[in-house]
Parts: sequence; structure tokens; C-alpha cells
Amino acid sequence: MNLLNLEFFFILCGLLLAGLAVRIALDPVHPKRWGSALFWALLAVVFAGGKSLPTVVVGYGVLVMVVLAALRQVEPPHFALRDQAGLDASASRLGNLLLGPVLLVPAVAVVGGWLLGEIHWGSVNLVEGRSVSQIALGLGCVLAVGWALRVTRERPITVVDEGGRLLQLVSWTLILPPMLAALGGIFAKAGVGEVIAQGVAAALPVQSPLVAVVAYCAGMALFTILLGNAFAAFPIITLGVGLPFIVKAHGGDPAIMGALGMLSGYCGTLVTPMAANFNLVPVRLLELKDDHAVIKAQAPFAAAIWIFNVVVMYLCVYRFGR
Amino acid sequence: MIKLLGILLVAVGFAFRVNTLLVVLVGGVATGLIAGFSFNELMAMIGQFFVEQRSLTLPVILMVPVIGLLEKHGLQEHVASLMRRTRAATAGRVAWIYQVLRGLTSMVGINLGNHASMVRPLVVPMAEGASPPAAGEAGDPARAAIRAHAAAAENVGNFFSDDIIVAVGALLLIKGFFETAGVEVAMRDLKLWGVPTALWVIVVGGWRYRRLDARLAAMKPKDGA
Repeated sequence: MNLLNLEFFFILCGLLLAGLAVRIALDPVHPKRWGSALFWALLAVVFAGGKSLPTVVVGYGVLVMVVLAALRQVEPPHFALRDQAGLDASASRLGNLLLGPVLLVPAVAVVGGWLLGEIHWGSVNLVEGRSVSQIALGLGCVLAVGWALRVTRERPITVVDEGGRLLQLVSWTLILPPMLAALGGIFAKAGVGEVIAQGVAAALPVQSPLVAVVAYCAGMALFTILLGNAFAAFPIITLGVGLPFIVKAHGGDPAIMGALGMLSGYCGTLVTPMAANFNLVPVRLLELKDDHAVIKAQAPFAAAIWIFNVVVMYLCVYRFGR
Repeated sequence: MIKLLGILLVAVGFAFRVNTLLVVLVGGVATGLIAGFSFNELMAMIGQFFVEQRSLTLPVILMVPVIGLLEKHGLQEHVASLMRRTRAATAGRVAWIYQVLRGLTSMVGINLGNHASMVRPLVVPMAEGASPPAAGEAGDPARAAIRAHAAAAENVGNFFSDDIIVAVGALLLIKGFFETAGVEVAMRDLKLWGVPTALWVIVVGGWRYRRLDARLAAMKPKDGA
């Protein structure tokens, strides 16, 4: 038995989202009042009640959220600009007190990640073992909200207003990461990966050791770009291209191939909109205008790192190991 | 081959900048229908995967109230004023140091933060404090460049130094996969062969963030002009 599990934090999120939905519904000047309120209310229900609702109901709820977003019914209101002089004055008055709650979050996440899993009374655990790091992060955030309320002397309802303000900036991008996970799941069930791996192997002259390395690393990057997830690409491309051609045909070392192959996949992650939580959510969170600003900044990184991986793999995979 | 229609739809949708959520939904439903699932089965599948993966958004939803409260009381202004006192700091150096720090900590399996908990409240105000963009719309290009690179520092630091010392995610997956495929690999070798790339990304970061500083310097209006 666990005293604290991830569901507790999902319910907290649900409460915050529900509060946001109510605030929007009560705001007569919100440009997309009812569409936005419905979107956040549905998300609140899915978050808090996801485990107990029938999956098909959640699915249709998600469908409605997607349609609302596609019809541009989920938009942030025009937030009034803040008074800069007041912000500066408050910054110099509160000073480093403002940093405390921000730094508390990683501190609790790290220390909690080590310790929380160890605490138990007989068969009663404090936290659920497999999600200990996420629970520690959640706990850090909850404590930090309490501390931030003390430092700023705000009323608790401000949590909904200020948190909601940022959530509305992130907007529907927030549900992209789980949506993409669902897409990846459907692709896997439909057997899309096998078709691609066969295509790569059939189209390229993988008889040459160099071409095999390039095809494997390119396959990892491209498939990661398509799926948005290197972990999903790895088994498919390694089974379809890596093992038969690099390891079996040319006697390459699987450990070197696997380590550098996964890192080549990450280069794909850097440049794909399918990796929404890394590349699209930050665009909204940092209030950037260009949806692809983060991807554009990362493209030179991806190219330089990918080429390096190919060179190191080619120079080492047939020479070292085993 | 027809199974790839879903991927094609997604690619075309992205190319024409159709709403990303809609593209993903249509791509998934098309692929599923072709594979012989009914619409209701697909909705149930989407619901199930969505609920299982809710935790992906947990760090953002739980963190935004903290940031929002503190920003209302001048968090960004305070961090920026700290950086203005540090003369050697530039936006590029701040991003580079964060990337290295993020990499070193993720090497031992520590997750220092993410875009919500570190980049928006700390890294961006530090970088913008070190290389202040012009006020108002004139500073927009500089601000966008700084923020995009701060986000990049988080991602690059996070990805390429994965579990080199303490194996957690990726390496366990690789080892597990090879075991199922009947190939023997040692965890020690997997860790060792991640090191060259982990060092290389520090060099690449040095290059990119130096370019960022050069671009920011070029954007700045000359003194007295």
C-alpha cells in the first residue's frame, strides 16, 4: 500500500484546471469565453478522473478538446501589461526571497527522489515506488506554492489566477505531449515501424560498412523525427537495420552501435515538432512568436552532433569492443 | 505501404501548418482505421494512452502557479538585476553554463529541471539580464534569439549526457532490447560509448552560444546613435 501516489497530484492539477475554467466562464470580456472554459473543464475532468472514467469516454473528451482547439476556440485573453515600476520596486524589496521557492523545487525533487522511496512502515510505503521522482517533483511544487504565497502575501485564489494566466499562454499545446504518445501507441499497434524498417533496408546499399552506419544513424534520426520519440525508433531501426547489417553482416560491436544510435535519435528529437514537450511547449511558455523558434535554434546542434556520432561510430564500431 | 498514410498525413499537415493537435488526431485515426480498428476502439485507445501519459504535462501544470506568483512580484526583474552586477556574464555564457550544469547533473541521474521550473523563471531572466535586449518591440528579435537558445540549452543538456554514471532510462531500454534480441551487451560499454558525444555537445554549445552573443552584439544599436 502507498500513502502518496501520482493520482493525488493529478487531482490537484484537476482542481487548478477546474478553477481556471470557472474563472474564464465568469469573465465576460474573455474573447473565447465558452470554448476556452469548456476546454479547461474537460481537461480538469480527464486529469482528476482519468483513472476511473471509461477510456472511450476520455477518448471522446479528448476529441472535443482537439476540435475546440482546431476551431480556434481556445485562446488566451489580452492580459493587461504589468506596471514595470511596481515590479522593479517589489523585486528590490523582496530580493532573494523570490528565489527561495524556485530553488526549493529542484532541491525537493532531487533529495526526495533519493529518499522518499526508502520510507516505509512495514508494508505501508510513503510513496509509490515507480513514480518516486515525479512525486518528489510534485511535492516540491506544492511546498513551493505555499512558500511563494507566504513571500508574496497573496490570497490563495491568486494561485489559480497567476497559474491560469501561464496555462492560457501555453494553451492547447499542453495536451500535445499525451496526444503524441497516443499517436505513437496507435502507430505501434498498426505495425507502422516494421514497414519503414523494411523500406530502409531494401532501398539502401547496406552491404558497405560505411553505408550501414550512415543508414542506421539516419534511420534513427528520421524515424525519431516522424514519431517524436527516440525510444520508439530504437527497437524498430535497430532490429531492421542495425543488427542485421552492422552487427551480423560486418561484425560491429552492438554496445557501441546502440549507445551512439540512441544519441543519433536524440538529434532527430531536437528538430521535430512531434517532440512537443521539448520543442513546442517551451515556445508558448517563453512567449515566442515563431512556433519553430526552438527547433531553428537547435538545428545546428543536431547537425553537428549527428555528424560526430556517425564519424565516431564508423571509426570505432568495427574496431573496438568484444 | 498503405499503413504509412497516417505518417504522410502528419507530414503534410505540419508542412501546411494545420493545427498540430488536429493533424495528430487525424493521423492516428486514419492509421487506426486502415489497420482495421473501429472508431470507438480508437477513441478508447486514445483515451487510454492519454490517461497513461498525463504525467508528461504534470511538471508544467504544477510549476506554473509558483512561477506566476513570483513573477507578479518581480522574480524576473530580480534575477536580471543580479546578472547585471556580474560583468563577465553574457546571454551566451549563461546558456552554455546552464547546458553544462544540466548535463553534469543528468549524468548522475539527477533531473535538475525543465522548461517550466528552470528555463522560464531562472535561465531566461539571467540571460536577458546579462545581455539586455532593447525595450519594447525593438528588442523582440534579440529576446526571441535568447529565449530559443535558453530552451535549446535545456534540451541539449538534458538529452546527451543521459545516465553515463547512473543508468536510468535510455541505457536500460537499450540493454533490455538487446537481451530480448539475444545479443549480449555490457552496461559498462554502453556508458563508456556515451562519453565522447557528451563531451562533444559542450564544444558545440560553446560554438552556438558564442554565435548567439555575436548576433546579439550586432543587433545592439551603437552607443550615442
